[in-house]
Amino acid sequence: MIAEAGLAALWFAAMLAGLQLLLGVLALRRKDVAGEQAMAAIGPVAILQGALVAIAMGALIAVFLNTDLSVKLVAENSHSAKPWIYKFAGAWGNHEGSMLLWVTILGAGGALVAWKERTLDRATHVATLAAQGAIALGFYAFLLFASNPFARLNPAPIEGQGLNPLLQDPGLAFHPPTLYAGYVGLSVAFSFAVGALVTGQVGPAFARAMRPWVLGAWVLLTIGITAGSYWAYYELGWGGWWFWDPVENASLMPWLAATALLHSVNVLAARDGLRAWTVMLAVVAFSMSMIGTFLVRSGILTSVHAFAVDPRRGAFILALLGIYIGGALALFGSRIGQVRAGRSFAFVSREGGLVVNNLLLSVILGIVLIGTLYPLVAAGFGVRLSVGPPFFHAAAGPIALALVAVMAVGPALRWRSDDAEAVLIRMLWPMVAAAGTFALMLTLTGGMGVLSLLGLSFGVGLIVASVMPITRRNWRRTPLPIWGMVVAHVGLGVSMIGMACDSAFTAERLVALYPGQATIVGPWRVELNRIYPNIGANWSALEARLTATREGDGATLRPQQRFFTDPPTTTSESAIATRWDGQLYTVLGQQDAATGRWQLRLWWKPFVTLIWLGGALIALGGVLALVGRWFKAWQQRRREALWG
Amino acid sequence: MSLSLALLLAVATTTPDYGNTQLPDRQAEAQARALMGELRCVVCQGQSIADSDADMAADMRALVRQRIARGESPEAIRAWLIERYGDYVSYDPPLSGATALLWATPILLLAVGAWIARSSFRKRR
Repeated sequence: MIAEAGLAALWFAAMLAGLQLLLGVLALRRKDVAGEQAMAAIGPVAILQGALVAIAMGALIAVFLNTDLSVKLVAENSHSAKPWIYKFAGAWGNHEGSMLLWVTILGAGGALVAWKERTLDRATHVATLAAQGAIALGFYAFLLFASNPFARLNPAPIEGQGLNPLLQDPGLAFHPPTLYAGYVGLSVAFSFAVGALVTGQVGPAFARAMRPWVLGAWVLLTIGITAGSYWAYYELGWGGWWFWDPVENASLMPWLAATALLHSVNVLAARDGLRAWTVMLAVVAFSMSMIGTFLVRSGILTSVHAFAVDPRRGAFILALLGIYIGGALALFGSRIGQVRAGRSFAFVSREGGLVVNNLLLSVILGIVLIGTLYPLVAAGFGVRLSVGPPFFHAAAGPIALALVAVMAVGPALRWRSDDAEAVLIRMLWPMVAAAGTFALMLTLTGGMGVLSLLGLSFGVGLIVASVMPITRRNWRRTPLPIWGMVVAHVGLGVSMIGMACDSAFTAERLVALYPGQATIVGPWRVELNRIYPNIGANWSALEARLTATREGDGATLRPQQRFFTDPPTTTSESAIATRWDGQLYTVLGQQDAATGRWQLRLWWKPFVTLIWLGGALIALGGVLALVGRWFKAWQQRRREALWG
Repeated sequence: MSLSLALLLAVATTTPDYGNTQLPDRQAEAQARALMGELRCVVCQGQSIADSDADMAADMRALVRQRIARGESPEAIRAWLIERYGDYVSYDPPLSGATALLWATPILLLAVGAWIARSSFRKRR
């Protein structure tokens, strides 16, 4: 019953999305009473659509919580013995459910635009809602015709098949909703851009309306990627935190585009420049979100993220992609000529720096995109090849370093036009810091990789350059968005230092020990005390007790070999001791059949935590900027209320 | 699977389990480690043999470490593996007709991007 109600809600939501599109077209075409009525109706329709799809998602969560095995999706992806949090989050731990979550957040985004957005001019607002309806309509069709989450199974099986143990982690409850909310925030930016292209209103007011959505989406994507990286790091059990796996790239690409868009939209809001760039980047950013969805959901990639392999679905999503991206690009091509050029500026200027920033981010995005798609296209021509870390490091590494240099200089540049020589003088301290780090590391270590060495030096230089804009300011009067920029830029520097330290200074120890034996990894002495069984709600495990000691410091770690029965899988649960200067990462392997010793994998990773701390700082920077803008808008409204 | 068996037999004759333990020589281990990070585990889902739990990956790690210990260069080992498994096994796509476009990507994108960005500055006073 609940499943049928969910399906009905989904159908109604789809029809309302169609209505939303029709009303939008009507409102923009007709200047009479009917047009006025359509314009008034579109907002409530969008809100109702959001509410209905939320009901559908709620129904799916309910059947998962009840473990209603007569629903095919539940039978194939859940199990009665699972802890409740994984029943709840398991609702989107599968293909159909994750697509439903996608449109649910899309519907919520559309409802929020209808309800809260007041700064856009009315025509653009209506066009935006129509575009939002058009996107939702395609994804509803995909759900209803190719991935019905509420399909029944008759007869119902006695027990479900269970959820992939790798996904049975609290991360599942947060990671997909966060990333999806980020993707969907970009869909709003996309709809704004389409709306503005339709009405021709590309200017500072448009940018100011779009900015919070871009900022919010960017913050969520940053959090999603950072958390996803940490999840992969501790769950996969080999100490890696980024694999250039196609699915990771699928989340990185929208982030890169959103980063460029964020900077571009600021120029448009503050200086009325970069109009075409901003619109183009808004289109690209959401296109990347859809390509990411396509890569992950179509089944052309095999990975823990790709739940179902069904070529029909791939073709469906590919068609949607062609319609939306192709349509938006065609609109861009036909309309951008009518958008007046923004204000002009010199090459050496804040705007110039931001154009170079946009350019370099776009090039990195292009490299990641082509590197990710190349093996798929090559396979189409019968050539089997792999594109992995060596390519991405060699191709994107130097460009990323150039980008960091521009990031360091950018905030020190004046708007409109600046003097190159004066800029160099302003950059003295960051350059000294970077060169000093370079020289120090070269003499201290000798054998550091080039990319790590440069990454570390540029990271330090970036941090110094990023705090410079606030050193001469009165801190209490510095606007929050400036703090946001400083914190986010420092965050990237911090993250780079973490990455460089991890790749340059990690100590690795792979050994086989008898209980009672000890080994050395980095500054730590690690002893294997004993191995004993342990049991959880739906797993049993062999657990090792390790005692790690170093000068004035000690830790007890308990890594596991965990055995799940539904589906039968073995996973390594790593145990990590976090210290201010790094992490001790331990994994229990198998028992040597011949000798009876236990395999252990141990890593001492100096300052590895800086990678995610930096990610968190980047996100915090975005939050500060968002809060600062809200506060300013609120102050303005209050002032108007007082005087008006 | 027969390839995996052949690898296994090649490995079984020696005592230390180089699939899961390091080479005693630090420099040799560093070389092996760098190579293992660039070789694909051909039975896994997009993982290198350096980050995989699969038995096949352990066998390949053992093979890499043994050959490094015997004094073979990493590039010779990579070439040997490519000969058996094809280009698919290496995450570092070799420059060839099929990959020329891939490796030209950064330069092409930079050129196109610079050409587009140029128009932003053109209308200077």
